[in-house]
Amino acid sequence: MMGTEFRNLAVPVRDGESELFTVQMGPQHPATHGVLKLNLWMDGETVVRCDPDAGYLHRGFEKIAENKTYAQFLPLTDRLDYISAMANNVGYCVAVEALLRIEVPLRAQYIRTMVAEMARITGHLLWLATHALDIGAMTVFLYCFRERGLLLDLFEELSGARLTTTYTRIGGVRQDVTARAMEKLARFVEEFPSRIAEYETLIDTNRIWLKRTKGIGCVSAEQAVQLGFTGPSLRASGVDYDVRKHRPYCAYDKVQFEVPIGVNGDVYDRYRCRMEELRQSALIIRQCLEQLPPGAIVADNAPDLVMPLARPRQPMAGSSLATGYIELVPNNDVYPEGDVYVSIEGSKGELGFYFVSDGGGRPYRMHIRSPSYIHIGGLATVCEGVLVADVIAIIGSLDVVLGECDR
Amino acid sequence: MEPLAIAEKIKNQFPAEVIEVVESRGQVGVIVAREQIGAMCRWLKDEPELRMDHLLALCGVDYVAKNGTYEVVYNLCSIPLRHMIRLRARVPADDCRIDSVTCLWRGADWLERECFDLLGIVFDGHPDLRRILLPEGWEGYPLRKTYPLRLPAEQEWQGYVQLKELSRELSRFDFYSDMLSNQAKAGANEAKK
Amino acid sequence: MGEVNQVELVEIEKGVKMIPGANAFIMALDKLVNWGRAGSVWPATFGLACCAIEMMDAGASYHDLDRFGMIFRASPRQSDALVVAGTVSKKMAPVVRRVYDQMPEPRYVVAMGSCACSGGVFNSYAVVQGCDEFLPVDVYVPGCPPRPEALMEGLMRLQDKIMGEHWRWSRWR
Repeated sequence: MMGTEFRNLAVPVRDGESELFTVQMGPQHPATHGVLKLNLWMDGETVVRCDPDAGYLHRGFEKIAENKTYAQFLPLTDRLDYISAMANNVGYCVAVEALLRIEVPLRAQYIRTMVAEMARITGHLLWLATHALDIGAMTVFLYCFRERGLLLDLFEELSGARLTTTYTRIGGVRQDVTARAMEKLARFVEEFPSRIAEYETLIDTNRIWLKRTKGIGCVSAEQAVQLGFTGPSLRASGVDYDVRKHRPYCAYDKVQFEVPIGVNGDVYDRYRCRMEELRQSALIIRQCLEQLPPGAIVADNAPDLVMPLARPRQPMAGSSLATGYIELVPNNDVYPEGDVYVSIEGSKGELGFYFVSDGGGRPYRMHIRSPSYIHIGGLATVCEGVLVADVIAIIGSLDVVLGECDR
Repeated sequence: MEPLAIAEKIKNQFPAEVIEVVESRGQVGVIVAREQIGAMCRWLKDEPELRMDHLLALCGVDYVAKNGTYEVVYNLCSIPLRHMIRLRARVPADDCRIDSVTCLWRGADWLERECFDLLGIVFDGHPDLRRILLPEGWEGYPLRKTYPLRLPAEQEWQGYVQLKELSRELSRFDFYSDMLSNQAKAGANEAKK
Repeated sequence: MGEVNQVELVEIEKGVKMIPGANAFIMALDKLVNWGRAGSVWPATFGLACCAIEMMDAGASYHDLDRFGMIFRASPRQSDALVVAGTVSKKMAPVVRRVYDQMPEPRYVVAMGSCACSGGVFNSYAVVQGCDEFLPVDVYVPGCPPRPEALMEGLMRLQDKIMGEHWRWSRWR
């Protein structure tokens, strides 16, 4: 029997008379990747309507940003997409630099490209681990965490922290890479493609994996663009949109890489796209290592250095010092007025920052365009009419992080 | 297409709507009135020279202290033609409404809900406009400039206040000592019989 | 009656005595119960934010929490400890409390990370400033996020706490 025919038989047909029942999946559910809640209206095992409920991790990022200086907010960006924090750091800094018109030295550009790709690998590895775990392949989890551990150790060597790195600075990066770390990284990218092949042997020919991923949660190209999908979730549907190619930032215009594109837009294609991206990321890192130029790592006009000095810290009642903030002198030369939208290709999709500056030292308004938020918003459409077990596979394949979604 | 040329095109198509064209850091924002925003977006999306098929971001900005308006900012981009433009629709503070663009981009659904949730801008024609990030029953709109960063005790969300009360009540209960005293009581009752 | 040999009890640990040759131990029941409990603390799989990733790491191949007899259980009904791993928002707080309420006694709470301890960097309208505002916390593990080693240290402190407990076991009829 053909796989597709079998699937059609397995789906209970709605007769229109039976009553719907509701299932509330989450927020405490091991397969919703954090604190996502889904309200499902079900007919038997078929999902008739799906209403995702976000906000269980809403921390008020955008409000906090308005009360912090540009440099002060940087550590908080780690906590957006905490699986690939480096990419957030890069995205935030690229956006602030565009706003403050800061030119970043070439070496810093390359280092950023490198760490952003490392972040993509860690992100995709964690995605593969949890996605496979959700579908039922426990072993992959252990394999992925092995390689992820190596990268986290490298992050620690670069920045001092495993997850929340805060490695980039506005105008450059915090500190130069060490030769030892680069050697380790070179060894890692040398070995990594063989490890990807190892993951693939675990699941690629697994009948259960194929049954649970092929033809599940199909999103057409038109639908994906309509829903605002980005990243691998969009490219799996066959749309060629990658911020790294469309609006190159850092050193992405100086390295060669391909953007994998899917055909069917199902769970399997999204899986394949990400696996190919892992290989491309390793390739990009290798090129960065080869091309890494010498030079400065922080721009001369970075605001860390030219930020007007704070007056002696003596909290006075009624002043902003009393609340623990440094008093800022509005300086239109350093913080020109205007607005800017800059996005980067994070591991989940397009991570954008929209800044409005009024000339003060803090953002007047900052909006974060987080891919996960939009992907979860699209979940309602994708999950209509699928089996409840497939909902898990679809959530996993869209690769959502709730820290980024709820902000 | 160059962003300024796009702005010019918009100006020619909707002369009455465009208030100002602002250039900032190489990007162009078109400040428009809110009335025709739906038609404008549809035109931007369908016009073969523009084809703005991808809604990058939609957010609200509070300019009430400056000029008495909110702004809903649409960052649009064209995937096939690789250009982008920003629309900034002005919404007066005393009548916080604008037309929804969910019929053009399904993805705008949640973005508009977020905008409503955090800034209190109502989107007419939105299929399901309710709070999304904050719980139901939350008072106020946090991203408005008048809203404090930290809530004073009297403004606290009632759901959380109730939770704290409940947990204070439950903390008095000790599973083990309660069990022992219940057993002692039961023993005394039996002795009475 | 035959003659009873007076055997010297050997104290192998404080409060635990062994009868040589008889393969028997003498100790307080408290001690036995606590020993069993401390050796099988099953935390609920309940991640909130960044710290959950480090919690997963602690349970994965490298750090391997199974060595401590700690296996993550997906259901609060079958777990002994709640690791509050991450920022607790006000919308989430009632859910966290409900998960805790669903757990059977004896139950323990580990506040993992600065956010769960004190609100951390997120001092804003939407964040609970420390989950001890509505939960009885046993162990605080600071850090943003704490390394897996730090979490393990915290869980070992929890084991110590369990070992020192007294009279916390229900009686049968």
